[in-house]
Amino acid sequence: MSLRIQQLVIRRGKALIVPGLDLAPLPSGTVTALIGPNGAGKSTLIHALAGSLPAHGSVTLDGIDLASLSHDRRCQEVGLLPQTLPQAAGLTVYELLLGGLLTLGVSQESAEHRIEHRLAELGLSHLAMRSMATLSGGQRQMVALAQLLARQPRLLLLDEPSSALDLHWQLAMVEAITRDVRERNSIALLALHDLNLALRCCERIIVLSDGQCAADGAPLDVLDPALLARVYGIEGRIEPCSQGRPVFVLDRLVHHSTP
Amino acid sequence: MSSPHKLASRYRRQNRWRLICLAGLAGLLLISLGMDMATGTANYPFLEVLAGLINPGALEDSMRVIVWDVRLPYALMALAVGGSLGLGGAQLQTVLNNPLASPFTLGVAAASTLGASLAIVFEQRMPALPHDVLVPAGAFICALLVTSLIVLLSRAHGGGSDTLVLFGIALLFALEALVWLLQFLADANALEQIVFWSMGNLGRATLSQVALVGGMLSVCFVLAMRRAWALTLLRGGAAHAASLGIQVERLSWRVLIEVSLLTACALAFVGTIGFVGLVGPHIARLLVGEQHRYFLPASVLCGALMLSMASIASKSLIPGLLMPIGIVTALVGVPVLIALILRRRSPA
Repeated sequence: MSLRIQQLVIRRGKALIVPGLDLAPLPSGTVTALIGPNGAGKSTLIHALAGSLPAHGSVTLDGIDLASLSHDRRCQEVGLLPQTLPQAAGLTVYELLLGGLLTLGVSQESAEHRIEHRLAELGLSHLAMRSMATLSGGQRQMVALAQLLARQPRLLLLDEPSSALDLHWQLAMVEAITRDVRERNSIALLALHDLNLALRCCERIIVLSDGQCAADGAPLDVLDPALLARVYGIEGRIEPCSQGRPVFVLDRLVHHSTP
Repeated sequence: MSSPHKLASRYRRQNRWRLICLAGLAGLLLISLGMDMATGTANYPFLEVLAGLINPGALEDSMRVIVWDVRLPYALMALAVGGSLGLGGAQLQTVLNNPLASPFTLGVAAASTLGASLAIVFEQRMPALPHDVLVPAGAFICALLVTSLIVLLSRAHGGGSDTLVLFGIALLFALEALVWLLQFLADANALEQIVFWSMGNLGRATLSQVALVGGMLSVCFVLAMRRAWALTLLRGGAAHAASLGIQVERLSWRVLIEVSLLTACALAFVGTIGFVGLVGPHIARLLVGEQHRYFLPASVLCGALMLSMASIASKSLIPGLLMPIGIVTALVGVPVLIALILRRRSPA
């Protein structure tokens, strides 16, 4: 049971963003971070896997080619948290969540149960009847996360899920995802910028650079100074903190001699 | 699973309040319809008109003709057209994500004016078709041609809703210029007819036309309600809705096509009636919020109520004179719109 990506080619308009990507299978019950510099193709890959961008090649989930699924079926199997935050000024949080489940084909009763459960789990119940217009960016991002988790997809794709979150909610977010993956044996792929967050919650890191896989493996194997210098143009190191947990320390930019 | 869902029951309470709002609007609509029927140059008592509606045989002939053949189609046409504009405006505002969108954005009104003007000017050369058919047909066909042009242009360009709004505005000026050209070339009689048509008037309505517009509204309303949740999710933004599995493009084109058909059909019989399609949905939004299962019916009711009240006003503002209803809706609609903008809490 896994997600397999083979010979994946993705274009945006005429630009070739991902020229042919092969990845080792992403097994069920794992959280994987997708990191890489701006413009590396992280969002593009996430959206192509979600089916919102056309792609060539093979993406199979539990042996089933995603491209062969109907639109509705694919939406049930694959859930996407886009980078754009939900607006919906005229709706309450509850209505937005309910709509997302009802259009998926979930029954009213089951939808109500799932929403109640998810909001309570994420500590967001007090926001349920609030208008989306009154929510901060971070709160809206957490609502979007609640929506994704309530839909219970097999594959969770998250495009920079922590971009609007403060430290408390960053941790709450990764813990909620990790819990969901363990409990339902789902697969999560998170495009992240924060290496410390990736070190904390992911058992695997895929480094994307120019649409190609620059490194792939356990966090401590992947994040070495040479790779950081090559991919990000920075000097940095991974060191154990006083409690023994590995942390990323950023030292300085690598200065290239301009031609 | 049997644990009481606190949030669900709060949500249901909210919906009950919305249902009460809808019922209230429907009640107001009935009152307004009755008053509209009782208003006119011939002064009949309200209760007598009401009795005549229930039992037409009891009325004397002249009053029966006025109540059944003049006032009833007039009053019902106000509801059907107002409802159509409200439904069209509400869906367009959602799909184009633009609070200023209305059926006018798609150029429907300007295009039907052009079509009607063409029909009026060239009427003498086509005596085979009666005036009552030719003018609405001209307005309808022209409106459809122009809105398809706008939709196809923006689709070919691949741009989003902003492109469509821009194309609509650009074409609006061209259409107006063409109408002016026709007015410049028309003889005095045709000129008078064109000007009168473009002011909007319900007086031309017959019961069969009311049935046509009403039928169209019913079909479009059912279709709209079937995608009420998808439209609701679209309020979260296109990217968010797409992530929830809404096929945003497909939904948008369907809405655009249906709204053009609906409003072109409504305006073809009554001329240019402004602001109902813009303001109706805004009032509905203030009353019931944007969950479209309530927002869409509320928009229909608000549009119908606005036009019905405008119809009463058009008959009673200057006693003995029937003002074109388009003038009334614009004069009343502008202050209402400004008031709405001023009390808007957060920028859209």
